[in-house]
Amino acid sequence: MREKTLYGLGALAIALLTHNIWKMLVNLPDEAFQGAIFRIIFFHVPAAFTCFTCFLVSLIAGISYLKTRDLKWDALGVSTTEVGLAFGAANLLTGMIWARIIWGIWWTWDWRLTSMLICWLLYGGYLVLRRAIEEPTERARLSAVMSILSFSVVPFVFFSIKWFRTQHPQPVLYGEGKMDSGYRAMLFGNWVPILMIAIVLVAVRMMQERRQREVDALRRSAHAF
Amino acid sequence: MNDAAARNFEYLAYGLITAWLVLVVYVLTLVSREGRIRRQMESLQRMLEDKEKH
Repeated sequence: MREKTLYGLGALAIALLTHNIWKMLVNLPDEAFQGAIFRIIFFHVPAAFTCFTCFLVSLIAGISYLKTRDLKWDALGVSTTEVGLAFGAANLLTGMIWARIIWGIWWTWDWRLTSMLICWLLYGGYLVLRRAIEEPTERARLSAVMSILSFSVVPFVFFSIKWFRTQHPQPVLYGEGKMDSGYRAMLFGNWVPILMIAIVLVAVRMMQERRQREVDALRRSAHAF
Repeated sequence: MNDAAARNFEYLAYGLITAWLVLVVYVLTLVSREGRIRRQMESLQRMLEDKEKH
């Protein structure tokens, strides 16, 4: 039942995204200076929001694990980190494609781009660390600490365009930034299904983590015979 | 459509494909992990049943 609900939610999210792509290509006008490539923002920004939301949940899961020592928080932590990394990769790659057209280069060591890459690598390190530790409680404890430490970079990534002079465009949704209401509606309209997909992926990954624990328990009893 | 606009659309398509591709690759890793866990579970259950019989 739960799995059917999840897959239904995933299918609904994909249908919504497909509908949005059609609307974005057919109904929305080109941006005056950037032309058609501007539309990448409708994936680039929601992917970043989803990535940071996942990392925030991973932080909460890390703190909760250290307080309760309940492994379900560890499962939530690893699931949100993995899904956050996938959306972080989508954010970085779509940004590079946009930059190739607008700036004429794939990459520049700008504050925003560099801090986002460092953030992504730190969370990637979290997954590498988990693979290196066999003992489940030790792995969960160190992962929680790593998750809390890694999150310290997230506000820096978010505000780097306000704090430093950067090549990356200034914020369009807060501060002095302005965005046409049609573009704004599309951006948030895309974030909803992307977030729904993230929720489905996190839930599926958490179920796998629970099953993996069952496998580990079976392995221990097989060796105990 | 001029050359610049065509190039703009071409790169927009690359962007959209990349975003979907990242998602598809992640889903495939989930599917492959699911299969691995299922195989491990079945083999361990068989092993435990064999041990109980003997």
